[in-house]
Parts: sequence; structure tokens; C-alpha cells
Amino acid sequence: MEAISWLERKAREIRRDIISMTAAAGSGHPGGSLSSADIVTALYFQIMRLDPEKPDWPDRDRFVLSKGHAAPVLYSALAERGFFQTSELLTLRKLGSRLQGHPDMKSLPGVEMSTGSLGQGLAVANGMALAGKLDYRDYRVFVLLGDGENQEGMIWEAAMASAHYKLDNLTAFLDHNGLQIDGPVREVMSVEPVADKWKAFGWDVQIIDGHDLSQILTAVEKAKEVKGRPQMIVAETIKGKGVSFMENNVDWHGKAPNPQETEKALAELA
Amino acid sequence: MKKIATREAYGEALAELGTEYPDIVVLDADLAKSTKTIDFAKKFPNRFFDMGVAEANMLGTGAGLAASGKIPFCSTFAVFAVGRAFDQLRNSVCYPMLNVKIGASHAGISVGEDGASHQSVEDIALTRALPNLTVIVPADAAETKKAVLEAIKIKGPVYLRLGRLAVPALHENDFVFEPGKAITMREGSSATIIAAGLMVAEALAAAGELANEGLEVRVVNMHTIKPLDAEAVIKAAQETKAIVTAEEHSIIGGLGSAVAEVVCEHCPVPVYRVGIKDSFGESGAPSDLLQKFGLTSRHIADAVRKIKGLK
Repeated sequence: MEAISWLERKAREIRRDIISMTAAAGSGHPGGSLSSADIVTALYFQIMRLDPEKPDWPDRDRFVLSKGHAAPVLYSALAERGFFQTSELLTLRKLGSRLQGHPDMKSLPGVEMSTGSLGQGLAVANGMALAGKLDYRDYRVFVLLGDGENQEGMIWEAAMASAHYKLDNLTAFLDHNGLQIDGPVREVMSVEPVADKWKAFGWDVQIIDGHDLSQILTAVEKAKEVKGRPQMIVAETIKGKGVSFMENNVDWHGKAPNPQETEKALAELA
Repeated sequence: MKKIATREAYGEALAELGTEYPDIVVLDADLAKSTKTIDFAKKFPNRFFDMGVAEANMLGTGAGLAASGKIPFCSTFAVFAVGRAFDQLRNSVCYPMLNVKIGASHAGISVGEDGASHQSVEDIALTRALPNLTVIVPADAAETKKAVLEAIKIKGPVYLRLGRLAVPALHENDFVFEPGKAITMREGSSATIIAAGLMVAEALAAAGELANEGLEVRVVNMHTIKPLDAEAVIKAAQETKAIVTAEEHSIIGGLGSAVAEVVCEHCPVPVYRVGIKDSFGESGAPSDLLQKFGLTSRHIADAVRKIKGLK
């Protein structure tokens, strides 16, 4: 339990980073970064095999942030994990920064794939998983998808391929926060029943509370046991989680907090 | 002389090089028999991945394989590789500069009977606009084999534009094929024809025809559209004062445009573009289509006569 509370504190730090970064940038996507903060914390501080000193280590686990607009959560996790100085976080989206508006693998160590155009990350993760199989390496590939992102046809092309090639070294998380830029996913273009869709595509599917760190860890342990199939963990989440006035509010998909809001948000996350 | 399609040579090259380069993997989108990757698939079944009719997914998967140290060759028709999967080519391959090779067969109207939906006449325009991408259009089988090897050596994305139609061999002896370095196929000082792909053979035929009329025309084989051999273009402009380009592609955005850009900036001389004049293709026998769309030696020779004020 001590490990869990340590992770919870770490997730809170990451949430504070997300607020500070987007506030300093004056733009960015806090809502979907906050909703996936617990998943990303669990991956980078407990689950994944990594060495910040060797970002190109061939046997490392990989994480692809398919919903690339949640870049702040990835940058914070990488910095907090030691891939680069946390002071650099405040350069987000600024001219000359390695922290581009959407992740750029060429500029920042630890970023496994340049993402931002939705729908592409799962196919890339498939490629990484296939390469692992070809080389008999035992690394795992993790990928984080947004729920609105399920509207991209390419997600389903890739979903078919992961199952077809029996990529059991691939675990996907769906950040099921129910909101996208134009409104509730159900109203914009429903993806439901989303868990059933992934099951129908041949994936092992679990549904968890995406803000419960012990559930996240347990789900990944279970996923690792699955043989011959990729695994989808549908994480029920709250957009803007951790900041009362951002929670479940679609306005915070792609807007930075002003100084007063920043102060309030950081106080709530203290 | 036996004619060989560049797609045939592509398939052979992959199968041949697969042993020496164990990191090569080949992906196809349900067209392995047409793109000729079937040769590789038979020889290296564990390193061949059919991605089904899902070109976007194929390029994305290629990006992931490349990010993990593999050298993926993603193969399908040019019209799908660039058209269907442009966003993936742009964002997942070129922007991160991943080591993905695109073997785009059935380019141009010489696809023939399949018609406009399958005839890519804009892929050079699209690909050459992408940063980090090398764009190669081999003119015959021997060039294709060398191009595949060079593509392997280049650390970054490469687009290989290949054809369905069997084309004649252009090189009697061994030759140097260096990406970004044009090959002068014939010397001349009256004008220069800069051609790519199957139009190089047509350009040579046109030059032969013009020689009979006393016009010695240089023929430059611009097998690499990007990076363009600007030096060869400028030299042609300075030394021959007139340039005709010839490509099996739209005159908008292709080789002709690339050449005109360089000429305008560095040494303005008249440039005429032989190519498809802002239209889609149609069904028909390849030779009939090349005639109809103005892509023969006769059309090139006419353009040279016109640019020289002889017509």
C-alpha cells in the first residue's frame, strides 16, 4: 500500500506540472492530460522497464502516446523520471523548445514516437511489437488512446492487425473520459459500446477505474498473462481529473488556465 | 531486347538483398503479386507482413518497425501509398524521419486498363513537398535494383516510384547510380531534355530523331526528384539555353516544376514541360494512353523543336 500512496503522490506532482506547464505556455490540453495522469504515472514509475540514461536501450519497454495532444502528461512523466530536467517543462510550446506542442521524437529523449495526428499511434505500436517478436526481445509496448480517437478509421485497421499478428506484447489503454473537443463523445459520434468493439476485434479487454492506481497495476499484471492476443484496458476516467473546475468540463480540452485559475488548481493539487 | 518492369526489378532486388540485410522487412497491402514483393515473401516468410487492404495502417506499422531498428519496405500502388496514406507518410514517417522505404508501384498512366482511379499522376508533387523524403524514379530495371540498394543505405525515408509496364534497358554497361546525382545519357548543346522514369527512353528516342535534323540534344536522366541535382539543371540551362522536361506525371508539381523552380532562380531560360496536362487518366492499353496523353518521343521532339523556334 505504501507503493500505491507513493504513486498517488507522484501522480499529483505530475498533475501540478501539467497545470504549470500549460499555464506558462498559455495554451495546450490540460483536460486529457489530467485524465490520463494516473495511467502514465503507473507506467513510468512502476510498470515500464526503462533507463533514463539509455533512452535508446533496445530492450526498454515502449510507450506511444497516440493521443499526442496530451503531451504535457508525457513530458512531465519523462522529466520526473529523469530523462531531462524538470525546469525544461516550462518551455512547453515555446520557440526553440524540445517540448513541442505535440510530441517530437527527434527532439526529446524518451519520446518513442512523434504523434499528434490522431489515429496513428496504435499502428506504430504494432510495428514496435512486431519488431520485438522478430528480434526475440521481451520488451512490452504500451499505447494510450483517446476515446474520441476511436472515431479514426485507422484505429480499427490497426486493431485488426494487432489481433491478426497475435501481438500479446502490446497493451493499450483507452482514456475513456467521454469528452472530445466538440462535446460529449456520445453526442459528437458515439463509439459505444467501445469495450465490445475491442472484444469483437479479438482483443483481451478489461474495464477499470483509470484513477485507481492499484487497479491500473493489477490490470497490467493480468494483461501480461494473456497469450496470443493484444490487451485493451478501458480506463474509465474523468477529463480534468484533480482540478474541481476542470473536471468533466469540455471547455478544458484545449485551453490553458489563467493566473487565478492556475493558483486555484495548484492549491487543490497541493 | 527483353523489357522488364521496374516493379519486377524491385521485387527481385528485395529478395536478393534480404539475405545480406537481415533487418529488411517487407509490408504489403494485399497487392504482393502486383508489387512483386511476393518474391521476398516466399523467401523470407517471417519477415513479410501482409497488412490487408489498409495502406494507412501499413505505413504506420512501418514507422513502428523502423523506430525499432528494422528497414521496412512498404509496398502498394503509388496512388494508395501517397494518396490514401499521405497523413501517415507525413506525420509518422517523414516528420520523425524514420527509416521507412515506400515501394510505390503502378505509378503513372501506364497502369493501363485499370483507369484513372489507379493511375497516380500527382504522387511526385505530393512526395517532393515533404521534408526529409528522398524521391527516386528509376528509369529501368538496372536502375531500380541500384535504387533499392541505395534506399537501404540512406538513413531516412525513401519513396521509390515504380511502374507496371515493361520498359527497355537503358544501360549497356555498369553505371554509377547515386541518389541526387543525375545521369547524362547523351551529350548535346542545342537543348536539354530532362526526363525521369519511362520517359527517359522516350527522351533518348527523341534525341535520336532530332540528331537526324542536325539538333544535338542533351538527355539528362533525373532519377532523383528530391534532392534534385540542381547543378545538372543549372549546367544544362547555361550550356544549352533551353530545357524540355518529360515525365509520366502531371505537369503540375512534378519533375517539370522542380526543374523550372531551379531554372527560374538561377539561370532563366525557356522550359517546356512534357507531361499530363492537369487531367486524370483513363482506361486503355498503356501505349495508347501514352500516345493520347502526349507522353512519347514524338511529343518530346516536338517540344524541343518548339522551344528552339523551329515549329
